[in-house]
Amino acid sequence: MNRWLIQQRAAFALALQRLTSTPVTSLLAALSIGVALSLPAAGQLLLASLQQLGQGSAATPQLSVFMALDADDKAGDKVAAQLKSHPGIAEVQFVSRTATQKRLREAGLAQVIDSLPKNPFPDTFIVNPRDTSPEALESLRSELAGLPRVEHVQLDSAWAKRLAVLLNLGRTLVWLLAALLAIGLVALIFNTIGLQVLTKREEIEVSRLLGATDTYIGRPFYYFGALQGFLGGLVACAIVYAGFALLQERVAELAELYRMGFSLRQMRAGEMLAVLGLASALGWLGAALSVRQHLRGH
Amino acid sequence: MIRFQNVYKRYPQGLEALADINFSIDQGSLTLLKGHSGAGKSTLLKLIAAVEKPTAGTVLVNGENVGALKRAAIPWLRRNIGLVFQDQKLLFDRNAFANVMLPLAIAGFPPAEADRRVHAALDKVGLLDKARVMPVALSGGEQQRLAIARAVVGRPSLLLADEPTAHLDEGNAREVARLFHEFQQVGVTVVIATHNEELYMPYATGRISLAHGRMEAGA
Ligand SMILES: Nc1ncnc2c1ncn2[C@@H]1O[C@H](COP(=O)(O)OP(=O)(O)O)[C@@H](O)[C@H]1O
Ligand SMILES: [Mg+2]
Repeated sequence: MNRWLIQQRAAFALALQRLTSTPVTSLLAALSIGVALSLPAAGQLLLASLQQLGQGSAATPQLSVFMALDADDKAGDKVAAQLKSHPGIAEVQFVSRTATQKRLREAGLAQVIDSLPKNPFPDTFIVNPRDTSPEALESLRSELAGLPRVEHVQLDSAWAKRLAVLLNLGRTLVWLLAALLAIGLVALIFNTIGLQVLTKREEIEVSRLLGATDTYIGRPFYYFGALQGFLGGLVACAIVYAGFALLQERVAELAELYRMGFSLRQMRAGEMLAVLGLASALGWLGAALSVRQHLRGH
Repeated sequence: MIRFQNVYKRYPQGLEALADINFSIDQGSLTLLKGHSGAGKSTLLKLIAAVEKPTAGTVLVNGENVGALKRAAIPWLRRNIGLVFQDQKLLFDRNAFANVMLPLAIAGFPPAEADRRVHAALDKVGLLDKARVMPVALSGGEQQRLAIARAVVGRPSLLLADEPTAHLDEGNAREVARLFHEFQQVGVTVVIATHNEELYMPYATGRISLAHGRMEAGA
């Protein structure tokens, strides 16, 4: 075994020993880190589950502009001209009432169609808007609904679009929360390590006189921070896992009731590893910053 | 081995602790550093171990200008120097064995080899049967011998001791003095700051006398 490895192992053992020598303090720290980390982790997981809902709908929203049933070709031409020259519209596609009737007849509904006294379908324009933001879509919809002889304007996939927007908002919030709590975690470890450096002042001074490098002195603290973060990560994973396990059944019932293809997804192994790795890394960072601050000039 | 050339040391408060110090110490010698309290003995030893830097002049240890060493290079110098302090600086949160182990842990010795060396060092100072005893349960003489074991366990070529017998009774002091002599006999260069010149009289190969930070003539 080479010296580097021996020293890493010794530092790790020392950190572990320091951690277990104050079990209550370590446990409380792990709990506070864990609770804090569980919030963004749960949020992230919830968003991933919600995303299923929006899938399968058209990616880009379209508007269907339905003419009144008794509108004549002249009225249709006028609307078509207005749509085509509208700056907010990228593309317009006209589907005549006869085309719709023909398509449905070919789709096997001939008998039903033929039994009707007259063609029940209106002339329709399919409009691709330039700006797909929800506000722009809504204002375009009400504007088009006001055109002469237009009966109704339907915003396709409006719901999916709204969900996507909400999910985006949720994602931003989760990231913001995660960033804030990460800073909190780093600060907490920074403080813990700072106190530890104070209590180990004598040992540090003697070690220096005996030829210890900065790296040697800092190492057990780095491991301590990483271990503390790791334990916090474990707590976070446990909280999220247990919480989602409890909620899963209730949510399944609810989804069933509303006939939604939705289920809460449980944490995957890779995601847990990510939480553990991130928590450890943040702990290490807090310790490194703290050691740099508190050992300055010694 | 050690050479001081026109060395001055002034502490930040403005006090001149050492002035115009010139001497050289040969490899394998046992040198006494004499002087009244406040004469500058501790300061001189600190300059050798790069605990303090000279204000002016050159301190050479094994040909290396230790006053100009970068912070990152100092640990490597210290690993080749055994330090014995007047107040021992033992760690009271671990037993005798672990105290002696510390320099080897710092240097990254393999555990088996380190164990062997700690045993040998404790044996050398007559504390092998106290290996698992906490320092607080050791007598003053035993604590000082433990500190010596820690200083020599890394087999340094240079041993610096700052008033190692100041707090010891006659019997313990003689034993400690004899230990330093034994290390000198196997080739270690030993420098001892002391008030008690008589104690080391039979062993000393050289003397440096300080008074108010200056070397005394005729020493
Ligand atoms: N860290 C320090 N800061 C300021 N003055 C110091 C410091 N260390 C020692 N001195 C002063 O330097 C002089 C020499 O001290 P020292 O080397 O400890 O003498 P000795 O060890 O011979 O008693 C004394 O006057 C002492 O007060
Ligand atoms: Mg002194």
